[in-house]
Amino acid sequence: MDERVAAAWALLPNYLSWHVFLSLCALGLGFSVSLPLAVAASRSAIVRWPSLFGASLIQTIPSLALLALFYPLLLAFSSLSLAWFGHGFPALGFAPSLLALTLYSMLPLLRNGVTGLMGVDPAAVEAAKGLGMTDAQRLWRVELPLAAPVIMAGARTAAVATIGAATLATPVGQTSLGNYIFSGLQTENWVSVLFGCAASALLALTVDQLLGLIGSGVASRRRWRIWAGALGLIVGSTVALSPLIAAPREGGYVIGAKNFSEQYILAELMASRLKARGATVAIKSDLGSATVYRALAAGEIDAYVDYSGTLWENVLHRTDNPGRDSVLSGLATDLKKRDGVIVLGPLGFENAYVLAMRAERAKALGVVSLADLAGHADQLTLGTDLEFLSRPEWAAVRDAYGLRFGKQTAYQPTFMYRALGDGQADVISAFSSDGRIAADHLVVLSDPKAALPPYDAVILISPRRAHDARLIAALKPLIGAVSVNAMRDANYSVDRDQEKRSPAQAARGLVRGE
Amino acid sequence: MPRSPMIELRGVTKAWSGLYAVGPLNLSVAEGEFVALLGGSGCGKTTTLKMINGLVAPDAGEVWVDGERVGPASGWRLRRRIGYVFQDIGLFPHMTVAENLACGPRLAGWSRARIAARVDELLDLVALPRATAERLPDTLSGGQRQRVGVARALGAAPRVMLMDEPFGALDPITRDTLGRAWREWHDRLGLTTVMVTHDVMEALLLADRIVVMEAGQIIADDVPGALLSDHADPRVRDLMETPRRQALRVAALAEGSIGEDSRHG
Repeated sequence: MDERVAAAWALLPNYLSWHVFLSLCALGLGFSVSLPLAVAASRSAIVRWPSLFGASLIQTIPSLALLALFYPLLLAFSSLSLAWFGHGFPALGFAPSLLALTLYSMLPLLRNGVTGLMGVDPAAVEAAKGLGMTDAQRLWRVELPLAAPVIMAGARTAAVATIGAATLATPVGQTSLGNYIFSGLQTENWVSVLFGCAASALLALTVDQLLGLIGSGVASRRRWRIWAGALGLIVGSTVALSPLIAAPREGGYVIGAKNFSEQYILAELMASRLKARGATVAIKSDLGSATVYRALAAGEIDAYVDYSGTLWENVLHRTDNPGRDSVLSGLATDLKKRDGVIVLGPLGFENAYVLAMRAERAKALGVVSLADLAGHADQLTLGTDLEFLSRPEWAAVRDAYGLRFGKQTAYQPTFMYRALGDGQADVISAFSSDGRIAADHLVVLSDPKAALPPYDAVILISPRRAHDARLIAALKPLIGAVSVNAMRDANYSVDRDQEKRSPAQAARGLVRGE
Repeated sequence: MPRSPMIELRGVTKAWSGLYAVGPLNLSVAEGEFVALLGGSGCGKTTTLKMINGLVAPDAGEVWVDGERVGPASGWRLRRRIGYVFQDIGLFPHMTVAENLACGPRLAGWSRARIAARVDELLDLVALPRATAERLPDTLSGGQRQRVGVARALGAAPRVMLMDEPFGALDPITRDTLGRAWREWHDRLGLTTVMVTHDVMEALLLADRIVVMEAGQIIADDVPGALLSDHADPRVRDLMETPRRQALRVAALAEGSIGEDSRHG
């Protein structure tokens, strides 16, 4: 078996169990909210129009955005709850995923519920009343059984949509089959991406068929079909959930990572050092750049690596550049004072935002520095990652050099390098520790006005773990131990097309003497 | 001392958004009586019937059934003691015939064994083979379905039966058969029946007493014979004209002596 397929298989029990658990909870919750609402809506137009309108409106929000929106919302609720009742709750991971998916599942359940109940033959309803059934008896004995085929069709639609959308729980910190897709996309591991898509599709199809079996059993009054479908669902869920049930409750450390290869490698590096000391460790990867810091401050993750310039501008909202040592010491003081976050120290390399061009293109235009670029910018296309254009660094460098590009396009980082390679972009926002700079023969444009702040990679520790001796002992030796060349090599070994390594493998060779 | 009536309406009115109005109506039906509510569509006969079992709440007035005042609170409790059959039947398509028949007894809280025996008894009463019990309503003919509908309404042994054009959707032969069968069951079970119909012949042939309604009012209330013989109200005379003429003509045909003079009109 291919090594990458084998690696994907090994992750399946964990990813699948969370995916099933999340989908099951969301559908269960969605059903138990939608069904009573559908009953109320079928009886009263005052309930019907607002609830159907609300559910339709939710459906128009892109599912990824819906998931993302719940994080700040829950964070606010959590701090309220902390202020009022003395304890908060995790705003990252399961809770926002569950709420967003529940809302997402509601439209098909609600719409089919209302359609089914309102479509019940009025003669059957009149007969039920005439026989002296109470409202509840009429609902349970006549209306719900007659509406069941339509309701079941809605349940199938909801199940397929929810299982598909659950892959999007990964970026808000909930493990799911989406982990295959998001990390595969970052490291150009297409086997992983395909594996994730196939697993999610197969799960959705299986559940759809089993629900279909139950639905046809209800419609045709064949009890064995109902039982066979229900048994399939129960046995399937139990098997899929068994790794969760068997696993000891997570009391261990949680290491965070943003959504690119270097972050995966460094998270694996930190995790492996903790594991070597006998700790249980979980990695939450693919977190958004702003999300990850707030998650650390809230104690939902215990440690991760961030970059001094990012923290300086995005967290402390500073626009000055007092030099790398002042930035580092300023961060250590201010983050501790403001959020209780500990800056353990710099790893020893910088991953700065830089602007880069293909060497021959830069030579042809005679561009060496950002100042040279200003004269040609209106003829050129700038390719950036998804966040660069909205970051203060871009505003700073743009205003310092008066850069006005002819065209600007944002890419997912992997595709940004591709765009530069095939000429769709002339200049890209690269990272100085990226192995592709050397491998693709790119030149980094110098920054004579020091408009871009320093980006030393630093380990951050959550306030909750500020005095955790084991964590500090495990991570302290990493300070100053990772050179920029070692990091570039490790990044490239994960990003390249041939002889790819997994982030865990790349982490092993990162620190000299280990 | 006279017995109090089984059904009594006192000054009952009902208006539908100001357009159609029924009443004020006063009507009483004695125990064991078979009363037909006769009239054209929109005359208020169905509304009147539904006010008896509380499916429609009157705007004013009082309705009494078997010594009990019909109010919104007593609705479903009362309906379990009153049989109700209507033209669309409303058999539950997801239940077998036996399950449909068991509805009333189940609501009344009968035991399993008693319900099973009752289902057989009901099938025998309406002359359906016992094998019908396991069939679904979709697989029955119109006449069979209406027999099941009637049997279901009789399930918990009600003493009062309300029927709204019960056989209206059936072919004339089945309709006649079921109509006569019902009259027989009514007598055998000692029921009180109120039947809504727009078919004058059906009312004349089945009922002990006919209540004629028009525009929400009772315009005549008498035994069939009295209505047929030159009634004072011209609207009632018009109504009775057709069946009387048809009856005379059929009688003449039966005697084989049709003269030109008897073919007038």
